[in-house]
Amino acid sequence: MIQSKNISKKYGSAEVLNIESLDIPKGESFGLVGNNGAGKTTFFNMLLDLIRPTSGKIINNNIVVNESEEWKTFTGSFIDETFLIGYLTPEEYFDFIGDLRGMNKADVASFLAQFEEFFSGEILGKKKYLRDLSKGNQKKAGIAAALMGSPEVVILDEPFANLDPTTQIRLKKILKTLTDDREVTVLVSSHDLSHVTEVCERIVVLDNGNVVKDIQTSEETLKELESYFSV
Amino acid sequence: MIGHFLKLEWKQYFRSSYWQKSIALNIVLVFFALYMLVSFLLLGVGAFFFIEDQLPGQDPLKVVNSFLVFALLGDLVFRYLMQKLPVMNIKPMLTLPIKKSKLVHYVLGKSMVSFFNFMPLFFYVPFAIVLIGKDYNVAGALGWLFSMLFITQALNFINFLINKSNVAFGVIVVLLGGLIALQYYEIYDVASLGGSLFNAIYTTPLLVIIPVIAFIGLYLLNYKQLRNRVYLDDVVSAKTKEANSVDLSWADRLGDVAPFIKNDIRLIWRNKRPKTVFLLSFVFVLYGLLFFTNTGIEKGLLYMTPFAAVFVTGGFVINYGQFIPAWDSTNYKMLMSQNIRYRKFLESKWYLMIVITSILYILSIPYLYFGIDKFLMITAGAIFNIGFNSLFLLYAGSFNRKRIDLDKSAFANYQGTSATQFIIIIPIMVLPVVLFAFFNYFLGYNAGIASIAFIGIICLVFKNYFMNLIEAKYLRDKYAAIHAFEKKA
Repeated sequence: MIQSKNISKKYGSAEVLNIESLDIPKGESFGLVGNNGAGKTTFFNMLLDLIRPTSGKIINNNIVVNESEEWKTFTGSFIDETFLIGYLTPEEYFDFIGDLRGMNKADVASFLAQFEEFFSGEILGKKKYLRDLSKGNQKKAGIAAALMGSPEVVILDEPFANLDPTTQIRLKKILKTLTDDREVTVLVSSHDLSHVTEVCERIVVLDNGNVVKDIQTSEETLKELESYFSV
Repeated sequence: MIGHFLKLEWKQYFRSSYWQKSIALNIVLVFFALYMLVSFLLLGVGAFFFIEDQLPGQDPLKVVNSFLVFALLGDLVFRYLMQKLPVMNIKPMLTLPIKKSKLVHYVLGKSMVSFFNFMPLFFYVPFAIVLIGKDYNVAGALGWLFSMLFITQALNFINFLINKSNVAFGVIVVLLGGLIALQYYEIYDVASLGGSLFNAIYTTPLLVIIPVIAFIGLYLLNYKQLRNRVYLDDVVSAKTKEANSVDLSWADRLGDVAPFIKNDIRLIWRNKRPKTVFLLSFVFVLYGLLFFTNTGIEKGLLYMTPFAAVFVTGGFVINYGQFIPAWDSTNYKMLMSQNIRYRKFLESKWYLMIVITSILYILSIPYLYFGIDKFLMITAGAIFNIGFNSLFLLYAGSFNRKRIDLDKSAFANYQGTSATQFIIIIPIMVLPVVLFAFFNYFLGYNAGIASIAFIGIICLVFKNYFMNLIEAKYLRDKYAAIHAFEKKA
């Protein structure tokens, strides 16, 4: 589904990302881990054509992302709270995204109904603007919006951070069911090793912009990662 | 401890984005500040002689005094709208080992040296010096001066006690309006009553004690109120407004630009800065009154009228348009990763500018009163705004690289301003003037007007062609804009 070929990103002489080749097949749940500055967000931003690679290219479902915008029709993403429009209420925001994704009011309503549990009554009908919600609740709204319009690729940067334990567990459930029928490719980055190992079938470790580990998740993966990072 | 606070203030001031702008902008700002100060200073120095000259035989001090009641109430209205107690600044210090009483004194003390209290000084001090120079009683003049200083400070604290209460504000506005009405319709001579109060201070300087007591009393009252409320769930809380959703489904008829139009309407209405820009554009409609009254034209301002005509309907296009797409800078990344065509995004902005300009044009119909020729000029200006300015500002917007935080006030806010804003003014303002001057000189007034309208119509006819160019430019600059908008000022 997603192929990245020889991508690198340099700021001046400092190289922040250099990935020779990374293929993510359709339906995979893919986890990206690494310390601060390892290049996780840079990679996601490149995948979303928000920054240009210095060299190489990323192909999303046969579309080179910085050549055509077609990938936008089947890619949903939430990177950080700047992806929300602060002066809208959550309902208005969902309507807006729904409009962009070709959903009518009824579609949006039935979509949001599935998220009733996930929102735990904190998002809808609160008469608050998104900018006035807590960090965790903003994240809930952003994640839900990223899943609107049945995208084939879902990109979430640090989805577990700032969420309460209950919501973290619910989110894991949602992500697992997404990839159940092998139709949706999910890319997740996280600092929390236990969460990613639980959700993702494959984990790639970035360090200083390079891929240092590429693991198919198994019983031992968590231990392996913990020992890697405890140096 | 005070030393620490002062150091923090110093750093806050000089590390604020205010100082990290381009040199040119700073120079402009410094000149503007100097201009304000000098005008007040000149007023303070000159008022005495001006009154002496215009109203011979009257005591200038008494004349000034008679106006003071209105000035002070007006000051209060102004403060209510503009001034806020800087309580949020102490939030990071609440958990540090500093006594709360000290923090409150600090906040109150800091408010005393605000701009609002300094401005009047530039009038009162020179005026008092002139009084002394003119052989007024020194003790009386000083008593008057200090009374004014303490009254100014007292107003400062009255404003915080009112604390954005709409009821109190209403009372003040009604009071001010009522007093002015009483005076104007000669029902009651408020001016001389108010004047006699301040005259009494001059004759009996010891009366300065009253403003001093008022000032101390108000300070203590403020202190008492604040001291027990320095909690995150009380005064030190960012106020959140309840969201009010208005049904905008009528906009759905606009087709595929509808979601963006709806967003833009909400953006304008729910954020301070664009809202001010929007409301100001209605004030701009009145701008023509300066030019289109007959006296204006007779004074040789004929060649300035196209400029005025563009302004009458162009307030929104110019002030909103010049910051596209920076209005969306906070969530620009998100828009760029969404399933949208850039064209639609740009077109929604275009429609918005067109619709509001049309509304402003309808509002300008009363200019017919000044003659059909003037109204035709305004019509040409409106066509120019719709055709040329809207497209031109969209294009110019692609050069914007400065982020705008929507929630800051629009007054004296230069965030998002760069050289672009200065350069674009030239074609917007100068082009119609030049066109008009040229054709008016050779072919007459109507040809001058027609030439302005013609440019607008040409642009409208070839809108799609220009839109293609603009879209391509935006797409080319996409990454630079994303990168620049990420940087917080």
